[in-house]
Amino acid sequence: MPEKLYIDALREGLREEMLRDENVFILGEDVGLYGGAFGVTKGLFQEFGEDRVKDTPISEAAIAGAAVGAALCGMRPVAEIMFFDFFTIAMDQLVNQGAKNRYMFGGKAKVPMVIRGPMGCGTGAAAQHSQSFPAVFAHFPGLKVVMPSTPYDVKGLIKASIRDDNPVVFAEHKLLYRVKGEVPDEEYIVPLGKADVKRKGKDITVVAGSIMVIRALEAAKQLEKEGIDVEVVDPRTLKPLDMDTIINSVKKTGRVVIVEDDPISFGWGAEVAAGIASSSAFDYLDAPIKRLAGLDIPIPYNPNLEKHAVPQVEDIIKGIKDTLR
Amino acid sequence: MSLTRDKKLWMYRKMLEIRHFELEVDRLFKANMIWGTCHLSVGEEASAVGSIAALEEKDMITSTHRGHGHCLAKGGELPRMFAELLGKETGYCRGRGGSMHIADLEKGNLGANGIVGGGIPIATGAALASKMRKDGKVTLCFFGDGAANQGCFHEAVNLAAVNKLPIVYICENNLYGMSVPFRKASSVENIADRATAYSIPGKVVDGNDVEAVYQAVKEAVDRARRGEGPSLIENKTYRWLGHSKSDANVYRTKEEIEEWKQKCPIKRYRQKLINEGVASAEELDRMEKEVEQAIQDAIEYAKNSPEPRVEDIMDGVYA
Repeated sequence: MPEKLYIDALREGLREEMLRDENVFILGEDVGLYGGAFGVTKGLFQEFGEDRVKDTPISEAAIAGAAVGAALCGMRPVAEIMFFDFFTIAMDQLVNQGAKNRYMFGGKAKVPMVIRGPMGCGTGAAAQHSQSFPAVFAHFPGLKVVMPSTPYDVKGLIKASIRDDNPVVFAEHKLLYRVKGEVPDEEYIVPLGKADVKRKGKDITVVAGSIMVIRALEAAKQLEKEGIDVEVVDPRTLKPLDMDTIINSVKKTGRVVIVEDDPISFGWGAEVAAGIASSSAFDYLDAPIKRLAGLDIPIPYNPNLEKHAVPQVEDIIKGIKDTLR
Repeated sequence: MSLTRDKKLWMYRKMLEIRHFELEVDRLFKANMIWGTCHLSVGEEASAVGSIAALEEKDMITSTHRGHGHCLAKGGELPRMFAELLGKETGYCRGRGGSMHIADLEKGNLGANGIVGGGIPIATGAALASKMRKDGKVTLCFFGDGAANQGCFHEAVNLAAVNKLPIVYICENNLYGMSVPFRKASSVENIADRATAYSIPGKVVDGNDVEAVYQAVKEAVDRARRGEGPSLIENKTYRWLGHSKSDANVYRTKEEIEEWKQKCPIKRYRQKLINEGVASAEELDRMEKEVEQAIQDAIEYAKNSPEPRVEDIMDGVYA
């Protein structure tokens, strides 16, 4: 199978859906000729023209709102928000309008839109360009939330998200853009709401999302040398959340570490932990559920401080060993 | 752009319908038959009716928290409107939305809105869709003077102007953002003056003169349909009743309210229709009786409609 970069796989997914359905279009800041701040839409402007790859003013509320309005009229907009932190500027349109329209209109309207952008720290962009907070959106009924960790998943999930008839928040960790992985040439879809066991193991379950999947797999590889067999489960979508796959894994291993990139308080890891504790997996637990996540701080600038703001491979190794003790 | 007799009578009938609808809602509210809150547009009927009269059936609107009039003028049916306000399963939103969320997508009503200014970007997106599909539709975006001070107003109008979208922004300036007078909330005398900032046409209209509203909006709609881009129209009007149910009206005088009641859009139009020989007083009285009867029938329908079932509470969160 050919290996591709995450960013290229994502672009392929966008392109294929634009070719497949003329209602699909992209709008956002610098998505046109420039190709997007991170290069996700590079080349699409040349291929599809300025109407379908639309540069907008720096107006996040209008970008999100225009996507909602166009979606209500049957289009399938994909709105790019330059940094995940800027989702907050589009908040009303996303959570009060797009998310709620269908229910509050009595189940009649459809809002088939995707709003996507890069989150996460590790590039020295400091507090206002580095936060991961996809879990915030999982708290709004009406939204779906996706956070792919691999090139394979990002392509299959962007295609599923574009075809979904609901507003989908699509969170890409910016350090993942340069990660390589196998992506088949033939068409495929990764359905929303389906977790994936990224590595099979019998000693302990690590539930990790987005960039933390990559770090958890690295931790697992290192621990293998010490005879520790780690299973890594990637929820892939936070809403809907596939608790069954997680519960089955925990039942098998009896131990679980949850690793997330978001600040720890009220993060999605708490939801997963509560889901495990209140499920049939509870009786199988041989150790307390462990959570690793970002500190409750704005992301600091200094590279060493920044590194310590979110879990790294060595933190995950330590967390696993503590839970196995 | 001369108005046909049918159109004139349609406008008069719709204004009557809105007036009687709103007064009945007020009465039902006071009788504890309507839950929550609602914002009535008594006194502002000409703005909703004159604007929507300038549309074709396929065109679209977004409405506001004070939106019953827009919904009725865009083809909203009285029984389903009352049923929604009474929280019934037969209402426009199956009792899930209430006064502030009435939508009827099949008729081009993309929804009222509980967030001041919230509909402005959505209307802009609808117009963007029309431009991309070349479907020839125009969107009317209603909002109040208060909404014009939301950031999304600037973002959306600028986006529409840059892209020459087929949309008409209609500011219904009723002189108060809840209690705060317009002159204390805006540095310019007219919201329409802000059109200059976007290099689009802006026009101030006597919002209580239904034909003046029609003419101004028609011109803007035609322009939009020709692909020449958005316009901003400001209908100067006044709400006779409080902002919502809990308003004690401490911020304005009885004299001021009385003065505006003298400018009643419906009374004015009635006189005009009679003077011009469009209809006789008897014909217009008969029409009013028909409207009153239709409203009573609609209330009966709503009262007799079923409540939504609790078993269905999760319906419609996701498509």
